[in-house]
Amino acid sequence: MKRIEAIKNIVEELEKELVICNLGFPSRELYSVGDRPENFYMLGSMGLASSIGLGLSLSVNKRVVVMDGDGSILMNLGSLVTIANWSPRNLTLIIFDNKSYGSTGGQPSYTAGKTDLAALARAAGIKRVFVADSPQKLREAYRKSKKGLTVIIAKVEKGNADVPIIEMHPQDIKNRFENAVKK
Amino acid sequence: MISNIIFTELIRFGVDFVVSVPSSLFKNLLDMLDKAKGILHVPVTREEEGVGIAAGAYLGGKTPALIMQNSGLGNSINALASLNMVFKIPLLILIAQRGGKGETIPAQIPMGKATPALLDAIGIPHYTPKNAEQIPEAFERAKSSFHSNKVPVAVLIEMELMKNEENRSY
Repeated sequence: MKRIEAIKNIVEELEKELVICNLGFPSRELYSVGDRPENFYMLGSMGLASSIGLGLSLSVNKRVVVMDGDGSILMNLGSLVTIANWSPRNLTLIIFDNKSYGSTGGQPSYTAGKTDLAALARAAGIKRVFVADSPQKLREAYRKSKKGLTVIIAKVEKGNADVPIIEMHPQDIKNRFENAVKK
Repeated sequence: MISNIIFTELIRFGVDFVVSVPSSLFKNLLDMLDKAKGILHVPVTREEEGVGIAAGAYLGGKTPALIMQNSGLGNSINALASLNMVFKIPLLILIAQRGGKGETIPAQIPMGKATPALLDAIGIPHYTPKNAEQIPEAFERAKSSFHSNKVPVAVLIEMELMKNEENRSY
């Protein structure tokens, strides 16, 4: 499954969920297949998607979905620990694992080596961890995630879709998102 | 006790969401925050993670504060610049300013010297009260920048200010 295909399948499942999306191509792909006011596109601060999602999920009643990547979560593994210990019921962390740094030229990440992200999430204390390697399994995992804190490792192919950059001004992304949060 | 004054100022600031990495200078303050009603205190594993969590809380309508030592500022610079400054996401940062007068640990000294310059370099206003009477004014000025410029603002608490604190563990 290509990442953009995985993103599209999640977007089709979304209702009013708030989405925090990792920087680079994941945000560009999400923007191209399903831009909506409830999407927050990161532009920098690599590694912090799951942290932003945790802070948001502890502050609102709406459901929060984080679209993260393997390279990004590897930068901030402590985040899994904090998320596990707070276990917000309204948080779903989807990690697109393409075993590489896709936005910088496809350099391999350590999930291409010995590291198992699902096992790391479980060891951090997260109970509901699913691994999905097809659109159907991803949708099933996503539906189950509505029951409580869930991590989904979505196995995707290396490579990015040919999609344009996001032309919104950073503060417009934020302001639109803040308004969507309040609705 | 200085911790009581800082706690009162955090409440007056409107802080209702705190992320922290512990500092011995803030031992009493962190205990108070844990017991405070109306404030969610989320200890974090690393300061940069706290910047992200606080940004999410702000987007969710909270008034967040990050409490840490100045050593943690080095761990947070990129996030403060490329998340908070880029999107205009404000954050109150309460920093234990180690490395000055009374410092006994050599490793604290380089970041102690660099902290004000690092904050200046990424455009974060900072205020350093020199005595108990100056603490409310420092928070007042920080609050004004927080709301009008929507950027991170820092209040630095030096060891000298905390020298008569009870239950010192440093």
